[in-house]
Amino acid sequence: MRRLFDLARRTARLMVGLPDYDSYVRHMAAHHPGDPVMNRTQFFRDRQQARYGGRNGGRCC
Amino acid sequence: MTRHLPWIATAIVGAVALWVVAVSRGEAVNALWIVVAAICCFMVAYRYYALFIARHVMRLDPARPTPAFRRADGLDYVATDRTVLFGHHFAAIAGAGPLVGPVLAAQMGYLPGTLWIIFGVVLAGAVQDFMVLFISMRRDGKSLGELIRMEMGQVAGTIALFGAFMIMVIILAVLALIVVKALAESPWGLFTVAATVPLAIAMGAYTRWIRPGRVGEVSLLGLIGLVAAIVYGQAVAQSPVWGPLFTLTPVQLCWLLIGYGAVASVLPVWLLLAPRDYLSTFLKIGAIAALAIGIVIMAPPLKMHAVTRFVDGSGPVWAGGLFPFLFITIACGAVSGFHALISSGTTPKLIASEAHAPLIGYGAMLMEAFVAIMALVGASILDPGVYFAMNSPAAVIGTDPASASAAVTAMGFPISPDSIVQTARDVGEHTIISRAGGAPTLAVAMAEIFSHVVGGPAMKAFWYHFAILFEALFILTAVDAGTRAGRFMLQDLIALAVPAFKDTASHAPGIVATGLTVAAWGFFLHQGVTDPLGGVNTLWPVFGISNQMLAAIALMLGTAVLFRMKRDRYAWVTMVPTGWLLACTLSAGWLKLFSADPKVGFLSHAAKFGAAADAGQLLGPARSMADMERILFNDRVDAALVATFLAIVLALLFFTVRTCLAARSADVPTAREIPAQPVPAE
Repeated sequence: MRRLFDLARRTARLMVGLPDYDSYVRHMAAHHPGDPVMNRTQFFRDRQQARYGGRNGGRCC
Repeated sequence: MTRHLPWIATAIVGAVALWVVAVSRGEAVNALWIVVAAICCFMVAYRYYALFIARHVMRLDPARPTPAFRRADGLDYVATDRTVLFGHHFAAIAGAGPLVGPVLAAQMGYLPGTLWIIFGVVLAGAVQDFMVLFISMRRDGKSLGELIRMEMGQVAGTIALFGAFMIMVIILAVLALIVVKALAESPWGLFTVAATVPLAIAMGAYTRWIRPGRVGEVSLLGLIGLVAAIVYGQAVAQSPVWGPLFTLTPVQLCWLLIGYGAVASVLPVWLLLAPRDYLSTFLKIGAIAALAIGIVIMAPPLKMHAVTRFVDGSGPVWAGGLFPFLFITIACGAVSGFHALISSGTTPKLIASEAHAPLIGYGAMLMEAFVAIMALVGASILDPGVYFAMNSPAAVIGTDPASASAAVTAMGFPISPDSIVQTARDVGEHTIISRAGGAPTLAVAMAEIFSHVVGGPAMKAFWYHFAILFEALFILTAVDAGTRAGRFMLQDLIALAVPAFKDTASHAPGIVATGLTVAAWGFFLHQGVTDPLGGVNTLWPVFGISNQMLAAIALMLGTAVLFRMKRDRYAWVTMVPTGWLLACTLSAGWLKLFSADPKVGFLSHAAKFGAAADAGQLLGPARSMADMERILFNDRVDAALVATFLAIVLALLFFTVRTCLAARSADVPTAREIPAQPVPAE
């Protein structure tokens, strides 16, 4: 049940262009240790700009 | 063998349901037959055809690293759970298109549209999405334009990019036109949609400063605001002060939208675009799910005829015969070229394994086709008299209930003036006559279905405005996001001639490109709004032609890639739908240009008005010589536009044939895939 809720939450967030923050932190720790890591707020703003800035082709009719 | 038994049973159920839908005459068919037929066909197609394409045509390799692993960055390239990605991809491809096209197509009856959606999606639409996803997934998630450049050459890529920009302009104009048609003279509707602007700005401030990143929370707050706006909208509409303020004519709304598009697309994204997108995305998914549940609970009988006499091309909603115009009227839902831009956008960068591609590429498109089926069902459960009163242009049926009732009854769909007035009163509108564009019709149908499940007849007006709000909301989001995307496409194109335009740091090129994009769709919107035949009549076919042409281009890319992979013997998978789409779009384009019937052909329409203008006569609906001039000018612009689309698709056909011939004469595969090499696990 908990897993299902989590799945629905992640689906809803990705629908509006927000990938998983924890995966990002894990990725940075594994591949770029020592590099600066965005906090949750910075990550949110960065993804918002990336999705809506226009470079991603928008959405469908 | 035993593992095939459930699928054989599914296929038999689907075939029986399809048979019932196709041959029942005389008594009303229940809408559930269509739903069952569609679901069974889609399941069997997914189980067998998608698997065949995956195994034999593409030879998907689950061991091969996808871009999400090769270029993992935790941001754009992230290996994502396949259910989560399915939701993301579906939300990106499903928009207003699959809701509007089938509603307009219902003028020919429910049968032709149902068959085209089911067979179109299985053999063409889903194949296209799946194929483009596959091609992009093997090339680091590159976009459609870049893929065409890689596989078919620089010139072909640039032509495709130009075509994509033109299509974007037409899509924006037609979407904006739907909003105008739905909100004109409707103070309740306009108030609720206008209320979303301050609401979204408040949400934007909340996610920016108060609780950053709390998307679910802010969306719930927004939803409460939306419901309040719908509830209070009725009081606003009835108020002697506010009512008239929110009652705008189509032309006023058109200018308001153009101004809105220009301003909204240069605002920071977090202020208006992003928060409203949260609302529209979740509302869209919720409304689609609710519609599916509602149809199953209500199990309504279909009131529209299976096939109407308008298959001969004399229909009032849009002009042109069954072939080719039905197949371009239902674009999204059966096959939509725009999906090629999504399948080569964010999705290929997020897919975790090639084994997920059938579900995401093929499956999500089947789901969109199901949305189209529901829209078709919605339009077909309405009294046909109401349907034609809502969708016929005022030039044909007049503007008052008596004339509309007489004209629609004369078409063969009897309806009394009282029931037209009563339908409008039920949904809380002044009038429902000539509200073409699909959205109002679908809203009446949704009000019918939802009020059957929740609230009874008293809630009809609420549900109607809820449905209008939900459609207007995501269309406005698409207008805003599309203008931004169009601006960058245009900047890239202009930069080919003037390199300084590429400079994204300086403001001038961005402002110029934004202005040009808004002016381009604004021009077609204004033309549609002032068109006496209602605009949808002219613009929707042009949109359909352009969208299906992009689909043909994407499928031609698929064909070229299969040839270059030396899989010629399977190339029929993309060649058959390519051939069909070329036949539909080229003949539709040709008819739009050269048909002798002025209702269909732009040039013969121009000739008719030109001759009258030379003789000093006014032809209805023009009221002055200036009107005559404008109609002539619009016809010529539309003709030039269609000619451009034809030229683009023929040019790409040439490049495809050339690429395929070159690939055949080569001894080894020439497709430019990123070689399969293992990458260290995350």
